[in-house]
Amino acid sequence: MKKLLVFLKDYKKETFLGPLFKLLEAAFELIIPLVVAAIIDVGISNSDKNYIIRMCTVMVLLGVVGLVSSITAQFFAAKAATGFATKLRHALFAKIQGLSFSQLDQVGTSTMITRMTSDINQLQSGVNMVLRLFLRSPFIVFGAMIMAFTIDVKAALVFVVVIPALSLVVFGIMAVSIPRYKGVQTALDKVLSITRENLEGVRVIRAFGKEQAEQQEFAHRNGEFTTKQLLVGRISALMNPVTYIMINVGIILLIYVGALRVNSGAISQGEVVALYNYMSQILVELIKLANLIVTLTKALACAGRIENVLSLESSMKEQIKEELMGNQAYKVEFQQVSMRYQGAGGESLSQISFAVRPGQTVGIIGGTGAGKTSLVHLIPRFYDTSEGKVLVDGRDVKDYSLKELRAKVGIVMQKSVLFHGTIRENVCWGKEDATDAEINEALEIAQAKEIVQNKPEGLETVVSQGARNLSGGQKQRLSIARAIVKKPEILILDDSASALDYATDKKLRQKIAELPGDMTVFIVSQRTSSIMHADLILVLEEGKIAGMGTHEELKKYCQVYQEIYYSQYEKEAEHEK
Amino acid sequence: MKNKNTFAKVLSYVSRYWFYVLCSVGFAAVSAVLALYVPIIIGDAIDLIVAKGVVDFAGIIEILKRAAVVVFITALSQWIMNVSNNKISYGVVKDIRKEAFEKLQILPLSYLDSKPQGDIVSRIISDVEQFSEGLLLGFTQFFTGIVTIVGTFVFMISLNPRIALVVVCITPLSLFVASFIAKKTYTMFQVQSETKGEQTAIIDEMIGNQKVVQAFSKEEQVLERFAQVNERLGKCSLRAIFFSSITNPATRFINGLVYTGVGFTGAMAVVNGNLTVGQLSCFLSYANQFTKPFNEISGVITELQNAFACAGRIFEFIEEESQVPDVPGAEELSHVKGLVQMEQVDFSYDKDKKLIQNLNLTVQPGQRVAIVGPTGCGKTTMINLLMRFYDVDQGCIKVDGTDIQNITRKSLRFSYGMVLQETWLRAGTIKDNLIIGKPDASEEEIIAAAKASHAHSFIMRMPKGYDTEIKEGGGGLSQGEKQLLCIARIMLSLPPMLILDEATSSIDTRTELKIQSAFARMMEGRTSFIVAHRLSTIKEADVILVMKEGNIIEQGNHDSLLAQRGFYYNLYQSQYL
Repeated sequence: MKKLLVFLKDYKKETFLGPLFKLLEAAFELIIPLVVAAIIDVGISNSDKNYIIRMCTVMVLLGVVGLVSSITAQFFAAKAATGFATKLRHALFAKIQGLSFSQLDQVGTSTMITRMTSDINQLQSGVNMVLRLFLRSPFIVFGAMIMAFTIDVKAALVFVVVIPALSLVVFGIMAVSIPRYKGVQTALDKVLSITRENLEGVRVIRAFGKEQAEQQEFAHRNGEFTTKQLLVGRISALMNPVTYIMINVGIILLIYVGALRVNSGAISQGEVVALYNYMSQILVELIKLANLIVTLTKALACAGRIENVLSLESSMKEQIKEELMGNQAYKVEFQQVSMRYQGAGGESLSQISFAVRPGQTVGIIGGTGAGKTSLVHLIPRFYDTSEGKVLVDGRDVKDYSLKELRAKVGIVMQKSVLFHGTIRENVCWGKEDATDAEINEALEIAQAKEIVQNKPEGLETVVSQGARNLSGGQKQRLSIARAIVKKPEILILDDSASALDYATDKKLRQKIAELPGDMTVFIVSQRTSSIMHADLILVLEEGKIAGMGTHEELKKYCQVYQEIYYSQYEKEAEHEK
Repeated sequence: MKNKNTFAKVLSYVSRYWFYVLCSVGFAAVSAVLALYVPIIIGDAIDLIVAKGVVDFAGIIEILKRAAVVVFITALSQWIMNVSNNKISYGVVKDIRKEAFEKLQILPLSYLDSKPQGDIVSRIISDVEQFSEGLLLGFTQFFTGIVTIVGTFVFMISLNPRIALVVVCITPLSLFVASFIAKKTYTMFQVQSETKGEQTAIIDEMIGNQKVVQAFSKEEQVLERFAQVNERLGKCSLRAIFFSSITNPATRFINGLVYTGVGFTGAMAVVNGNLTVGQLSCFLSYANQFTKPFNEISGVITELQNAFACAGRIFEFIEEESQVPDVPGAEELSHVKGLVQMEQVDFSYDKDKKLIQNLNLTVQPGQRVAIVGPTGCGKTTMINLLMRFYDVDQGCIKVDGTDIQNITRKSLRFSYGMVLQETWLRAGTIKDNLIIGKPDASEEEIIAAAKASHAHSFIMRMPKGYDTEIKEGGGGLSQGEKQLLCIARIMLSLPPMLILDEATSSIDTRTELKIQSAFARMMEGRTSFIVAHRLSTIKEADVILVMKEGNIIEQGNHDSLLAQRGFYYNLYQSQYL
């Protein structure tokens, strides 16, 4: 909770004034039974109609003052609650922006989205309610008790017994239902995940004729969710009746004690009515409270979930150092690098060492799961090495600020992602202030010119969410353009031509090679044709370097490379045999 | 009108729980009436406490005993009512959600392809959730509210019609005020939910693609964009929450007026000898009780408005037009030989943009058909039609001589084994993912299939082998590994026909070569459709279809097509060099 309360700090005034005005209102409410008692004891006993009129006017005035303070309180509460939620959302979003790739892998997307949206919403209503009610309710309860004491100490002892017993029940029920409510939310997560899966995998599910099975699974999860809801429901359904019984038992006791006290002449009949009214007020307040405790319980469960994300420390620390760790003549250098993913069985990369000079092109090839992607992901420091160092321009990547490092690198990932917006906006992700000429040049290099030309709106064509209005190949080419417009010092193409036909792939590579300046290029590919002209080819096999050199060298000496090569150029293989 | 419709539909769902509805309404009435009766009993008791020495203890104890019994029965009926309400609301919601999910399974793919996934998820999850909350609140407070109002009214009239009149005249004012505020704030809530939607879209897109955001160091800009919407949301939430929260103080102020009015007229009546003090105290507590349900109902109305809006969105989804059901007496496809014919097929996604026109094709049983062509040429569309994910506009597709319109979808799709480029794996163990097409597969069969697809070795390297849990969307696995699993899935179920859409695009060529032999064995005697870029795969096909802009422009085998020196020849040249 502490971590979250920080976000209320800027609303100190509101969090203080809101409940204060609420208390003010409650105080006025508490005076009313006194006024009524006065009407009965003074006005009615003396048949003084003027007194009754005066007292009634006082009651109306109290009402007006109550109204004003209550509205003020609502305002401060709403301001603090929405302000709190806004700041919290911002902080959570910023937190997620700062998480490392391995943390993103661990936490999972959908649960982060739920936490950002529905959990914070729940928490906002919770805060709002706490500010409005949770000071007011105890205040009324204890206030009523104190007022009862001013009337008659002995009769008021009934309150002293009833109220703690009540609090015990209320908090008991809360304590029991909070963990169960968390269970409900986890069950809801499961319902959500099967829904998402079915939307994403609709083709596969239908292809396997799995609709029935999916419905059964859904019915099962949905049923489990409902069962958990009903369980929590049964517990909170007790809240109202139990408090009702306890208060009324209190009232019965009160009347009896009151009767004794009146009989002994200690208090008047009007005072018994006042005591009774106080007890009724407590009842009304508690019923309200009981209904809202469910909201609070939910809010607390959600707060826990949000806090979990907020308390994640980014596992990637930035420690900027200018110190040179290696030869500055190399653009990129790997020194004995090993890498293991969090929670993985073994190392994904082990003992990788190589060095690349500026302007060189490096081809990376190897089997499925050989570690090609893992290797290039170390250059912009998406992941940290578990052993060894990755150097860019002679400096350890850990000594750069992430921003500085990633400014040097343009990467096209395996899965091409475009964002909702125009094509221009998407390409400009690489370079914010790119001119039309620069954009067009990038599109041309990426062989994406025709995509834009075929659209009536050209660069202003809107890419829908998830880029559903583009084919896989179009998405890929646009994401290549996005990396190229950046004119990065290091360009990484991670199997980014898989959806392109060979002809387009070839033209793309030619254009990149023709680019002026000395851009260092890493090409990850399954196709030998894509990398055979590279200055340096790394052949990976199960996380280790199985061969390193040029195409001609590897073709002669590297068995793995030979296998890969001849698997694609059978004819030549036959020929050479 | 639309609201009325929604209301009727909600009623029809609720009516399935008629027994609980009866319980709920019945016990609501009992508890409300008894809760009203308690103050009368207490009032009687107070009347017996007159002054010092004038207290009828025997009478009081008798009355209090009665009160205790009534209180107990009230609490019991409250509890039964609460439990019934839970049953109804959670049950209705469960049914609706189940129906929505069943709908999801029979919606045409054209609908699912065109709607953003987030929208459908939010209907099935958040809207249903909101509706359930509204419904529960409605049941708990609406009926009790109405019964309390009617009951109080009757009791008051029986006690003193004149005072009752005062209460009845002033109270509806609160309802008026409440509905006035509700109307004024409705648009504020609309703005709020729209802004929320806008924000959720950003969250969904950015957090879903967090890695790309970080790769381009766009964290700050994204945060800034988020912050803008967040600020706006904060402001409009504050407006909506504050203005709607005036309802409560305002109605309570009116209650105060009612209370004062009752106090005044009551006190005057006592002075004039028309009322006892005990009756007055009882009246005052009625005045409180009478106004309370008005407050609650006014609160419930806003809640219900929201709930019905959500229900409307869900019903809209449930009533969306389903795919055409299988024709009556549709054939179950079994012992498929694999003769596939397409006769004069016309098809387009968008009526304005023609795609496939007059397509004719005959594939003999056991033939291997390769489909090649540039991106966007209609390869995926062919698959959509073969699998009957979409229906043809004109012409027909036949399998073994039967029009697929006359075959059950399930048996048709089950006859095809499909591996797509976009892999789909679900959260669960590796084994769960493999047996999707053959749930009763034995351990040996599973391992044999995994070995044939060369997935066995990487599976064994995972921490728990075949029982390793994989995350939503197959996270943690490389693209190639995911494809291997999808292939293993098909190798396990061995359907009579195959559709392979770039099934090996992310698998390295050496592994592919190894799988190829397994594929070749599998394709033996099975009609197969293959979409691929790789020459080795294409070359061995019996028929190669060269597609361009929705039409088959060339057809033949590798050698005959090369001899034509047409489009295929060009593709081949560029790819081989």
